[in-house]
Amino acid sequence: MTRSAMSAATTTSALPGKGFLRRALLYAGALMILLWSASPFVWQFATSFQLDKALTSGTPVLIPDPFTWEHYYNVFVEKQLHLYVLNSLIVSLATTFLCLAIGSLAAFALSRLDIRGRYGILMVILSVSMFPQITLVGPLYIVASALQLLDTSTALILVYIALVLPLVTWVMYGYFETLPREIDEAARMDGLHAIGIYWFIILPMSLPSLVTTGLLAFITAWNEFLFALAFTSNIDHQTIPVGIANFTNLYFVPWGDIAAASAIVTAPLILLVLVFQRHIIEGLTQGGIKE
Amino acid sequence: MPRWVWPWLLLLPTFLAIGAVAFWPILEGLRLSLTNTSLITRQSDFVGLENYTGLLSDARFWNAWGHTVWFTFASTLLETLIGLGMALVLYERFACRGLVRAAMLVPWAMPTVVTSKMFGWLFDGQNGVVNWLLMNLGIIDAKINWYGNPDTALTTLIIADVWKTAPFMALLLLTGLQTIPKSLTEAARMDGARGWTVFWSIRLPLLMPTLLIAGLFRALDAFRVFDLVYVLTGGGPADSTETLSTLAYKELFSTLEFGYGSTVSTAMFITEAILAAILCLWLVRTIRRVS
Repeated sequence: MTRSAMSAATTTSALPGKGFLRRALLYAGALMILLWSASPFVWQFATSFQLDKALTSGTPVLIPDPFTWEHYYNVFVEKQLHLYVLNSLIVSLATTFLCLAIGSLAAFALSRLDIRGRYGILMVILSVSMFPQITLVGPLYIVASALQLLDTSTALILVYIALVLPLVTWVMYGYFETLPREIDEAARMDGLHAIGIYWFIILPMSLPSLVTTGLLAFITAWNEFLFALAFTSNIDHQTIPVGIANFTNLYFVPWGDIAAASAIVTAPLILLVLVFQRHIIEGLTQGGIKE
Repeated sequence: MPRWVWPWLLLLPTFLAIGAVAFWPILEGLRLSLTNTSLITRQSDFVGLENYTGLLSDARFWNAWGHTVWFTFASTLLETLIGLGMALVLYERFACRGLVRAAMLVPWAMPTVVTSKMFGWLFDGQNGVVNWLLMNLGIIDAKINWYGNPDTALTTLIIADVWKTAPFMALLLLTGLQTIPKSLTEAARMDGARGWTVFWSIRLPLLMPTLLIAGLFRALDAFRVFDLVYVLTGGGPADSTETLSTLAYKELFSTLEFGYGSTVSTAMFITEAILAAILCLWLVRTIRRVS
């Protein structure tokens, strides 16, 4: 013990520069991660304030000169981005709340009630998140068409609920498992029914987790593209990803307009993520790994 | 009501949702793949395995299959390695660590459609900043038409995918690293083990289960890539980036051949299921061997 402690002490004192080099490498690594993660979006943001003439001048610059709101004007006035934003908000918020309601009930049943094949059911629910969505879109398109649900927010909400449920159920289940069981034992002694335990005991204790899980559900629905592309064909119901994907002008790619729209739809997500970052990472690792 | 009914009642909405939107479409897709359903000619007759024999001799299918497998392999490998590197940096203490960790969530939270458009601008052949940087650093002599050239288009897509997913992978691996007891690495250091030895003989083996699970989910996700490809290249140029998802989407929604389109997507589902089964078995075996 003393010998190894001594050898550790000698290695550090024998190489005085090693600690400094290590720190330098560490900060270089951290800087690279920061550049990797942030610089493409910063570039996109800078692009959104530059004139088309400047963007095609041959020498890209980071600081807009001259500064312009032109692209923001274009995306709202010509491309009516606010309509897509509204559609996306309706679909994503409805998905989030319905998913939280349905998923927390399922997670409660799996975590707190007496049920056979608990882990089997959890695996079945999880497996859904691995299905290739392209396999689902064809048959669901035919059904939606038969039920006259094409070009409606309802169809998207119904599909998104099922797509987001595995994530919500798993994360909520993971959270419920961390709540002490003595609490519901006590409540049961007091004559509270299962539904009562869910509503009066478990849910109020789970508010932080509901917020993060809701955020994850919201982001998933907000970003979904395949079903929105297949199920909607006009601006009355198309969501933002479809709107941005269709951004093209006749003779050239409107990179400035695209950058402005990107900034508008991504900035709120980035703010939310920055505020809730610790909870997001915890929530996702608790509920297994998704995306 | 008897007690055993309650959990099933609470799970019912979840079962209904994933049953209708995930399991039923898989079966219906399988049925459609055995028919010549077309939404143009309005026919839908049973044709047996005709579509599948057609699929096996369809050059476009094998072309897309090859791209998908390469995309899955290359992006998963790069994301895991780069993610591991990032996680090791993040594990150490340094100033502004919270900021770096928050920034890493940006690529993950951004809608894939936006990522796709963003890389379209960064890697633009004419005015993209990537070409400009590489030219000014003297790495290339002439501008590269990144995603407009069949030779480099798939690579560009892989770069975009790695950018989006590696930081998230790093955050997952970081939580894995943090569960390794500090006493183990400290004991090894006391015995004179150097950084590399600590990494190879302690951290890596203990991190292996997390690494494998994260890699497995990543591979399953990469295999069904759609948004990125559809928006950036649409499968082109000259089908050089066609993946199974984009091919199936075109069969379904461009030619409205729901029979053959379902064959492509069902083949994909089967491949993904086999892939998942093999990876799971291998995972279970490796985890058992490690622990």
